Amino acid sequence: MRSFVPEYDLIAAKHLPEALHILSSGEGWRPIAGGTDLMVLFNAGKLPWRRLASVSETEELRRVVTSSDCVSIGAAITYSEIRQSPILQAEFPLLCQSASWTGSIANQNRGTLGGNIANASPAADSAPVLLAYDAELELRSVGGTRLIPYAEFHLGYKSMQLREDELIVQIHLPRPLCDVRQYGRKVGTRKAQAISKVSLAATAVVENGTIIDVRIAMGSVAPVPLRCQETEAVLRGERLTPTLQARARDTLLREIQPISDIRSTSEYRAMVAANLLGEYLESLS
Amino acid sequence: MEYRLVGTAVPRKEAGRKVSGTAEYVDDVRLPEMLHGVTVRSTIPRGHIRKISFDGAIPWHEFVIVDARDIPGKNVVSLIYDDQPYLAAERVNHPQEPILLLAHADKHLLERARQNVHIEYEPLPAVFHLEEALAAETVIWGEDNVFKRYTIEKGEVDAMWSEAAFIVEGEYSTGAQEQLYIEPNGMIATFGAEGVTIRGSMQCPFYVQKALMALFGLPAEKVRVIQQETGGAFGGKEEYPSMLAGHAALLALKSGKPVKMVYDREEDMAATTKRHPSKTRHRTAVTSDGRLLAMEVEFSIDGGAYATLSGVVLSRGTIHSCGPYRCDNVRVRSVAVATNAPPHGAFRGFGAPQSLFALERHMDKIARTVGLEPDEFRARNLLRTGDSTATGQVIKDPIDLVRLQSRALDSIGYHEKRRRFPVENARSRRKKGIGFATFFHGAGFTGSGERFLQSVVTLEARAANRVRVLTSMTEMGQGTNTVLAQIAGEALGLCYEQVEVTNPDTAEVPNSGPTVASRTAMVVGKLVENAAREMKAKLPSHDFAALGPLRVTVQYKEPPGIFWDDALYRGEAYGAFSYATYAAEVTVDTLTGEVEVNDFVALQEVGRVLHPVLATGQIEGGVAQGIGMALYEKVVWRDGVMVNNQMTNYVMPTSADIPNIRVYFEEIPYEHGAMGAKGIGELPMDGPVPAVLNAIENAIGIDFDHAPVLPEDVLAKLAKRRVA
Ligand SMILES: Cc1cc2nc3c(=O)[nH]c(=O)nc-3n(C[C@H](O)[C@H](O)[C@H](O)COP(=O)(O)OP(=O)(O)OC[C@H]3O[C@@H](n4cnc5c(N)ncnc54)[C@H](O)[C@@H]3O)c2cc1C
Repeated sequence: MRSFVPEYDLIAAKHLPEALHILSSGEGWRPIAGGTDLMVLFNAGKLPWRRLASVSETEELRRVVTSSDCVSIGAAITYSEIRQSPILQAEFPLLCQSASWTGSIANQNRGTLGGNIANASPAADSAPVLLAYDAELELRSVGGTRLIPYAEFHLGYKSMQLREDELIVQIHLPRPLCDVRQYGRKVGTRKAQAISKVSLAATAVVENGTIIDVRIAMGSVAPVPLRCQETEAVLRGERLTPTLQARARDTLLREIQPISDIRSTSEYRAMVAANLLGEYLESLS
Repeated sequence: MEYRLVGTAVPRKEAGRKVSGTAEYVDDVRLPEMLHGVTVRSTIPRGHIRKISFDGAIPWHEFVIVDARDIPGKNVVSLIYDDQPYLAAERVNHPQEPILLLAHADKHLLERARQNVHIEYEPLPAVFHLEEALAAETVIWGEDNVFKRYTIEKGEVDAMWSEAAFIVEGEYSTGAQEQLYIEPNGMIATFGAEGVTIRGSMQCPFYVQKALMALFGLPAEKVRVIQQETGGAFGGKEEYPSMLAGHAALLALKSGKPVKMVYDREEDMAATTKRHPSKTRHRTAVTSDGRLLAMEVEFSIDGGAYATLSGVVLSRGTIHSCGPYRCDNVRVRSVAVATNAPPHGAFRGFGAPQSLFALERHMDKIARTVGLEPDEFRARNLLRTGDSTATGQVIKDPIDLVRLQSRALDSIGYHEKRRRFPVENARSRRKKGIGFATFFHGAGFTGSGERFLQSVVTLEARAANRVRVLTSMTEMGQGTNTVLAQIAGEALGLCYEQVEVTNPDTAEVPNSGPTVASRTAMVVGKLVENAAREMKAKLPSHDFAALGPLRVTVQYKEPPGIFWDDALYRGEAYGAFSYATYAAEVTVDTLTGEVEVNDFVALQEVGRVLHPVLATGQIEGGVAQGIGMALYEKVVWRDGVMVNNQMTNYVMPTSADIPNIRVYFEEIPYEHGAMGAKGIGELPMDGPVPAVLNAIENAIGIDFDHAPVLPEDVLAKLAKRRVA
């Protein structure tokens, strides 16, 4: 433990209004949910925030609500809960799959979807999936609620549209209206307990060999989880041919900006990104 | 011979306390008035210490602060050369070198204080790579950066090149590897009128005792070392505990209170020893029908900043570098050099995994060059009874390595898969391959080592028909207590429960040498067997109470006919070798470069198997560590600092990455090992790396010459080949 423990404070909010009230106090309180990101920093002596307000107990953040056109996931829902949810299994299998790829069982029992989003790692495993499902975030503060498309949420490395007094309350996923072809793959450092080197999540509507609609998102290839809109544009409305696949690949390689770090190299990330896209497009034809 | 206990899976002696959570590891121990201690380390690889300042709003007067001037005896961690200081006084030689020690009752305040010590340096040029060290343009140790050199000469190597049908050359390298025992290093020291007492996690209590005697200028009876329950070691707690015990003891001496020091994972990974990085060059002369004419090997290892055990690691790597093959003309030259990294040290296999990796990759390369199947080429050259190794040691075991090798290959369906995989691979992105390695590992100390050790064990008969085994062999999860009790019980005709194995405490047990080198069951177990037989002869009945307490002590005597020449590196290098063929089946995903090991067969001849479950566990664990070394575990260095010193980024395989490991034994009892046992602990580390890389070559036709091979390496090579 490399932090000076007496310097830290923790409050557990009993409900959402209390949590929002604490965050609005201007006294430097920041949210903590499962703690699986924050406690790692704490242990390493690298957690700058001294005051933590736990949102794990707030009932409002702990529900999955289904309406006719949308499934809304409370931000403090854990990976284990995601994996066990029948509606998510049926309609959003990529989310259950990425939850199963996240850390270990112990991690999945504590780690939350909201925490994964707000931690804003480009390697976050839920992020490409939420992008591919066109998720919308509901943010709330004492001042009110705003809805932000997830594709616009991340602004740059670890920078996002989230004010210090705001909480992510819910993640809304529009329910699919027709048969959607889904693909997800994580290439990590090992098969479990692994951080992604590259990940890809994609959905598509294909009719008679033509791509009617497509959404492609990748992790660990840019400063933010990346919705690959240029690549999508190349594919949308087109018939799947080898030439098209090659064009999509080239576009993707221009669109991503992978880096070399302690876990991998930019060359590797680029090659794998292109290969995963190729595998996905082949699965569509 | 029929045995009652030996060869059966009796419950482990310490299983109950481990399963119930009552086993006491060093961090569980709390002594009255105990302080915690931390280390302030260098932050530069090499230079002079200019100024130390104690900053921040820290109540420094409450702290116990120790520097080199507080050392009452010699400021060296006594081992082989006296080159490594306990605390750097004026000069640092690696970026984790201990400079100051701090103690305080409040662990959290202590950590904050540590962060507020600032040290200014005048940097000196540093050396980080083997080649740089060998070039000796910058000299950082001795006159030429060389810790140790060896040469093995057999026959007439130089005369053979002109006779060779093929001359095959290759260069191979391996990286550092972290032991990753689950329990980090930890020690508690107390100082009193009776001297210093150490409790901690360790392999070798008498190494710690010896080091502390020099540090404090105390006689042996004033330095007591007690092993706590130890959560794994793999060599990583062979020499390093002497350093940490000394630090805790220095703080205890100055504070007059017990001091506990336990590293966290980050510090343990960054500052303590790892497997030596290595480089091996082979040049081999082969006849047209695939027989080895001459082998020339250059083997070098990076020892880090101080000599520690590098010379001994080098020795084992050197002796194993020509493997279990018959070759009349051999020259091996080896060298261990200094770099400005934390010292590398003991790790399961002790140099042999490095040089055997090179050899078993090279053997596949020769087979390919000569145009023979890898198994056929090896079969033509494997040692037979009566042949001699590189050091001239004549193999006396009635061992048939060709048969051993084919049994392993049959178990994994090698030949059928060699035919089938290429056909299937042509239609798939997931390419399958199969490869193997045949190798041996010498058990016990090298050469005259066991003779110098003069190990002693004692058996004590007590009331209630119980017997106590007293040795310095440590239990660290591998099963020492269990097998020693089996051996004693077997020889005495007692049941397993009647034998107790004493926890190592230098005040109580004799020095039976260190728990290293696969020597415990074979060498020390034999001493226990001998002591038990002697005791049985003295006790016609088992009514110990009637006879009163009885102690029998025996000392190691070298078996007859063993000759070792330390100067020429010639003769009987080891009392016994264990032999093995390991075969791996892999799948290479050509989209991602990921390699998965799908099946693994580990067949070995290890003399008598004393405990089938523990023995199988040793093999499985060693293979898992070997797969880690082959495909996952890469230490990322930046100027002598391990920068991926967390388990997130130093990627050790999990159970999801390890296949079912199929373990098979053959047993040829060895007369000088306990009940016929030979060494087993290190052997399984030697084979997996070459077996896996040979399988990758079979799958995709790329011959990697370094380990680990990461997906990045695979994909880069595949891309390069596509371009070419
Ligand atoms: C061993 C280990 C393995 C891991 N493996 C993976 C992996 O495979 N893939 C992966 O993606 N991640 C992984 N992680 C990271 C982590 O588990 C996830 O990011 C997790 O989702 C974080 O959720 P949490 O609730 O624990 O977040 P916390 O640590 O509690 O918080 C993380 C951040 O989110 C903020 N936050 C939390 N809830 C809210 C909210 N409702 N509104 C606004 N801000 C909020 C916090 O202020 C903080 O900034 C791993 C972590 C560990 C320790």
